[in-house]
Amino acid sequence: MTIQVSSPNLPTNGSTVKADRATYLSALTDCRGILTDKAFQPEVLSTLQTIRTQATSEVRSLSMPSKRDEEWRFTDLSPMLEMDFQSPDVMSSSITLDDLASFVLPETSGRRLVFVNGQYAPDLSETSNMAADMVATNLTQLEALPNSAELIATYLNSQEGLEKTFTALNTSSFTDAAIVYVGKNVAAELPIHLLFVSTASEQAVISHPRCLIIAEANSEVSFVEDYVAVGDGTYFTNSVTEIWAKENARITHTRLQRDRPTAFHIGKTVVSQAKASHYTCNAINLGGKIFRHNLEVFQAGEATETVLDGLTLITGDQLADTHSLIQYAKPHGTSHQVYKAIVDGHAHSVFNGKVTVPTAAQLTNAAQLNRNLLLSPKGRIDTKPQLEIVADNVKCTHGATVSQLDSDEVFYLQSRGIDAERAQNLLIYAFAAEIIQNLPVPSLRDTLSRFVATMTGSSTTF
Amino acid sequence: MIRENSDVVLSVKDLTADVEGVQILKGLNLTVNAGEIHAIMGPNGSGKSTCSKVLAGHPDYDVTGGSVEFQGNDLLQLEAEDRARSGVFLAFQYPLEIPGVSNLDFLRVSYNARQKHLGREELDAFDFDELVREKLDVVKMDSKFLTRSVNEGFSGGEKKRNEILQMALLEPTLAILDETDSGLDIDALKIVSNGVNQLATPDNAVVLITHYQRLLNYIVPDYVHVMEKGRIIRTGTKDLAFELEERGYDWVLQESAAGVAVS
Repeated sequence: MTIQVSSPNLPTNGSTVKADRATYLSALTDCRGILTDKAFQPEVLSTLQTIRTQATSEVRSLSMPSKRDEEWRFTDLSPMLEMDFQSPDVMSSSITLDDLASFVLPETSGRRLVFVNGQYAPDLSETSNMAADMVATNLTQLEALPNSAELIATYLNSQEGLEKTFTALNTSSFTDAAIVYVGKNVAAELPIHLLFVSTASEQAVISHPRCLIIAEANSEVSFVEDYVAVGDGTYFTNSVTEIWAKENARITHTRLQRDRPTAFHIGKTVVSQAKASHYTCNAINLGGKIFRHNLEVFQAGEATETVLDGLTLITGDQLADTHSLIQYAKPHGTSHQVYKAIVDGHAHSVFNGKVTVPTAAQLTNAAQLNRNLLLSPKGRIDTKPQLEIVADNVKCTHGATVSQLDSDEVFYLQSRGIDAERAQNLLIYAFAAEIIQNLPVPSLRDTLSRFVATMTGSSTTF
Repeated sequence: MIRENSDVVLSVKDLTADVEGVQILKGLNLTVNAGEIHAIMGPNGSGKSTCSKVLAGHPDYDVTGGSVEFQGNDLLQLEAEDRARSGVFLAFQYPLEIPGVSNLDFLRVSYNARQKHLGREELDAFDFDELVREKLDVVKMDSKFLTRSVNEGFSGGEKKRNEILQMALLEPTLAILDETDSGLDIDALKIVSNGVNQLATPDNAVVLITHYQRLLNYIVPDYVHVMEKGRIIRTGTKDLAFELEERGYDWVLQESAAGVAVS
């Protein structure tokens, strides 16, 4: 199925612009697949139809955000409005495992779900080595999931969230989803790889990857949510990942965005944390012409822990924007956030870190740090900590730095016989290493170290 | 040790240098021969640290006049890394932390850069590991510091020991130690000094930059220079350091201003 979305002419009159942005957004829903084409359980189909109908009407009431919207002040989506996105007509069968060889992680052998343009691709997936009492599957194969229809109805699209527009667009359009369910007291420490492949081509396709992760009480799970592309050209990935950490659950989430530099990617991660749960997100952002990550964590119970670390490496004319939210609700919560960006060329990095601490959330301990390394005089960085604290007995810190390479640091290495160029590369690597070293998958640490070396034109890594 | 007819390692003549347009060195003269240990003392802001950075080739410092010869060759022509490879070593007052880069890898890359320059064999990780473990003993350093990131989370004393470990590996012909004694307790000071003494040979030379005489109890200098306003205004023996400790700098400055003969 291919539906053309006509590119709107951009008039100067404000209200017409708004109308055009609304028309454009609505037209994007025309690219969606048909639910009844797929073999869903009847109850699941019913749930999907209900949320799709609601989301579709929501999308019709919204429009593409513009820089006049506070949340999109630094990120101009206008280049997207020039695009004619189409529904994907490339079947997963045209992609082979060889195409994915460079993306496959050796540590997740037998635990890899591959989705092509949002659709599950069983031929490319490996599920032979999943932990017992843990289910990793897609929306049409829920047999192994206990009370599947009820679980889907309860948890899918059931979270609050700040970002509405692209979330509703995803909900109105997705026809498949990755489902990971970890039962009570199950420790599934070995990471699962959820690999989302877009087909990049001259025909720019739009896809709506969706993930639902449920970690029941006292369980543990680690997963890598990975966005890649095969082929050349542009595409639009509009993803939504919903995560539920029940009481005392422990979730380690690695979000890896390694899209083509021509891609558009708007991704939402929304997390609900119950009492004493622990959620860690390591977000690595490498690709995309325009990339936006909306990362929203809701601490619903007492004594919850949230760790949000991120690393953005961009160059050329890339734009990478992270808007995070940590919403406290109960006492004794903690959060620790370190976001770093390395910006070269004309690239533009945006960080907005919102933390809200209501009166009930006494004894909160929230730390946020955003550090930026600007390698080029043409690069741009916008950083904005946004702390909204009502409770009076809390510890909340934040910091933001923008710097260039320090000539004293380069000199230190030179004075040990290391040439200036290599010294600079080493320091760039060192800046990124704090985040890279914490990744739970060793091969990803190597891949990223090499990526940093490539970015800096260095042939060696340390 | 002062010996007759020993080779000239460093010859600085009428050196002037600016930092951000401000002249800091204003005609520095200094000759250092093989086998000698020199101490440069002086009040804050006299240009001691600038002198060390200029000699090591920091790009932020502009040499505006004069000459520096190292073993008969023009040192100022060389980039910082080439000075290091040629045998000039600067132990930093504040060694920098480099997270994410293991100390062992850093030491090996640095060592091999010097080896390559000398036309000697570069060592692989295995052989280098053996070498570095021998050298650890010079500064009584625990091998656990090798696997940590360069200087990251090291105490002041550990950082300074790591500097001397680098000196032990690179075997420089000229070692300039910039306030290596600052921030050291007495035990660390003894260990670091002992390390430097082990490394001093008749073929190399050491320049100590320090505020305090106490370092000179452990590393005994052949010459003590007093620096003021970017020049050396007096040169003496180790006894000059005791006198400075006793009487402060003012009398030297006054005598210098009054035109009393230098050295």
